[in-house]
Amino acid sequence: MRRALTIAAAVIVLSGGPAVAEPAVAPDRPLADAGQEARAQALFEGIRCVVCQHEAIADSPAGVASDMRRLVREEIAAGRSDTQIRAGLVERYGDYVLFKPPVRIGTWLLWFGPFALLLAAGSVLLLRGRKSASGETSPLSVDEERRLAERLADEDVTS
Amino acid sequence: MIVETGAYLLALALALSLAQAGLSAAGRARVSPVLAGAGQGASIASAAAVFASFLTLVWAFAASDFSVANVAANSHTDKPMLYKVAAAWGSHEGSLLLWCLVMTGFGAALARARGLPFRLKTSAVAVQGGLSALFLAFAVFTSNPFARLDQVPAQGASLNPLLQDPALAFHPPMLYAGYVGFSVCFSLAVAALIEGRANAPFWPAWGRWVRPWALASWAMLTVGIALGAFWAYYELGWGGWWFWDPVENASFMPWLAGAALLHSAVVTERRGALAGWTVFLALLAFTFSMLGAFLVRSGVLTSVHAFAVDPERGIMLLAILGLTAGAAFALFAWRSPQLKGGGLFAPVSREGALVLNNLFLTAAAATVLLGTLYPLILEAASGAAISVGPPYFAATFVPLMAVACLILPAGPLLAWKRADALGAAQRLWVAAAAAVVLGLLAFALFEPKKAMSAAGVGLGGWLIVGALVEVAERIRLFRAPGAETLRRAKGLPLAAWGMTLAHAGLGVFVLGAVVETGFKAEAARTIAVGESLSAGPYSARLDSVRIAEGPNYLAEQAILTVTTRDGRAARQVTAERRFFPAGGQTTTEVGLDFRGVDDVYLTLGERRGESARPAWAMRMYFNPWARLIFLGPALMALGGLLSLLDRRLRLGAGARRKPA
Repeated sequence: MRRALTIAAAVIVLSGGPAVAEPAVAPDRPLADAGQEARAQALFEGIRCVVCQHEAIADSPAGVASDMRRLVREEIAAGRSDTQIRAGLVERYGDYVLFKPPVRIGTWLLWFGPFALLLAAGSVLLLRGRKSASGETSPLSVDEERRLAERLADEDVTS
Repeated sequence: MIVETGAYLLALALALSLAQAGLSAAGRARVSPVLAGAGQGASIASAAAVFASFLTLVWAFAASDFSVANVAANSHTDKPMLYKVAAAWGSHEGSLLLWCLVMTGFGAALARARGLPFRLKTSAVAVQGGLSALFLAFAVFTSNPFARLDQVPAQGASLNPLLQDPALAFHPPMLYAGYVGFSVCFSLAVAALIEGRANAPFWPAWGRWVRPWALASWAMLTVGIALGAFWAYYELGWGGWWFWDPVENASFMPWLAGAALLHSAVVTERRGALAGWTVFLALLAFTFSMLGAFLVRSGVLTSVHAFAVDPERGIMLLAILGLTAGAAFALFAWRSPQLKGGGLFAPVSREGALVLNNLFLTAAAATVLLGTLYPLILEAASGAAISVGPPYFAATFVPLMAVACLILPAGPLLAWKRADALGAAQRLWVAAAAAVVLGLLAFALFEPKKAMSAAGVGLGGWLIVGALVEVAERIRLFRAPGAETLRRAKGLPLAAWGMTLAHAGLGVFVLGAVVETGFKAEAARTIAVGESLSAGPYSARLDSVRIAEGPNYLAEQAILTVTTRDGRAARQVTAERRFFPAGGQTTTEVGLDFRGVDDVYLTLGERRGESARPAWAMRMYFNPWARLIFLGPALMALGGLLSLLDRRLRLGAGARRKPA
């Protein structure tokens, strides 16, 4: 009996009946124009589903993501540019909605930090290399290697 | 009773780890082999105690002992045995116990390691004991996996069905083995900072000691990350495999630092140079591991505010992180000015190339670190919420790594100290030609035309052919008689084959990642039985949909026939939606059809349409070359393993050799 009930419940859930855990999401209607739809898909990849953990609206099964996809498609159909659409979304949801953070003073470290690190470390190395280029040393000779091994062995009481 | 034994053993392990740290430190201070030996014994005993404790937890899960809170929250009697056992490390408490198991296990391996000088080894065992004690204390005092419930439930709440998957059952052990393996590098680095002398010929030897641990950890971390990415690929049902999610990034940072460490340790070992830098990376790799644990376990990632909800564990982890990393880096700042010296080298040399590799890998790690932490810091500091996702990493991480990949094939062809750049360039012309031809072919053949993706294909070819050129050079392929080439190939150390395999594996990964990302095709339609949908060069026809019963779930199964667009090469594929009554969740099981290196990827969505003529929302992805994305890391890990095997042989040979 319990199993029969479980199966019944499962059938209802799987078939999208009234017991569904997540609300049924209206299916996406792609834009008729293939070029416009491609633009929409590209935009979806960079827009965050505002109720999800870390998902783009392109990937999210949530209802909000579906609404946002419809909104973007509507705006494309209305002739707005990608920049206008993004700006509109930011106005509505804040910078949080875009996976590409804005470049402003507060995010300079984020955007340029790694490159600054690379440049700084590279310059330090170059300068140091110049300084030490005057003196040249040779690698360990066979004799030196042997003395290294002996010294290490002496030190090694037991291990 | 068995469960109480487990809790007791865990507390015992904590005491033993403290003894390990104390006895070893005393043994080092008094230069007493007896005390040091006792410390090593305590290390092995601690690992044994954690292992036994871990077994009791596995037993509690296998036997479905729901009087244990952890079991009741994460298991269920209907679950297959594999997932009952895997649930033992599926929860916070269990995964922390796994962490401690790996940590004390590596500690025991360190305690048994041969050939290390007394002072260095004793110090390292002491540090490892301290680290183990900190994490064991965290487990015992905040995350006891053996806590009992007052009222025993009749049934468990089950493990999240998304996690009931073979790849994910083995993902955490591999990942943790990698994460925590770096703790030995950390301990050896701290010990070296305490014991190391300036200008002593100590550093080449230290580089040789630290490298096997770094290799083993890095190879296992590679497998762990790849398993996680593969799981995300076929279980989440979005066709993606890497989302630059903070949790993924947390595992990627130690990987990048570990990769840099492997390379810089080579320079320290062979030339005695970069000692300070190698020590820094050894400290950094495990610091990133701990940072990852903190980020994932504290809840700080969901939101800065979620952190405040259950602060005890987060603050404890942050304290452990701050204490260990803070102390280690302070020691580094104090001692590192004495680490100068070692062999000098010209900018164009093997060392120079490895330094460049390190610069780029570190800058790449910095993008991942910033991209992961910046939203948290900014929100805490100014309240402004930003998201850092794939577009940021495409603009920062990808170009940095692309330059690193451009330099890579030249490195192994350059001589130590001072190299002939022109000579290396001449030997690489085959690789350069192959890269250009591949790039042009990709541009001509793949639709839509994408110059950057085509260039990426060229870069993958450059890496693979570049790695092969290096081996061909060493075995004098086509230049010497066949017998000579064969003799040289046999004589080539395993480490050389390992390096070639790892570098070629990176190229294989680049090919897969670039082509999959640039040229995947997708289709979504609601179709009835008999109808079909198409993506890329393939079509899928829905043949039938049926309800099937699994061990702890019920599934709606769609049977589809995948063919080429003109109807040839038919193959049957099953895509499922599973319903788990225990937790009330639904998961998708992707239908995957492997077509050579391409994947046809099908997911079954909700049932729609009228009951007279039902239809299902189907999604179809054509993921070209997706197989290579997971083959590449497998080759890289195999390369690491080969290198490791070689080292063991060489260390053995070194021990047998008598001084002349």
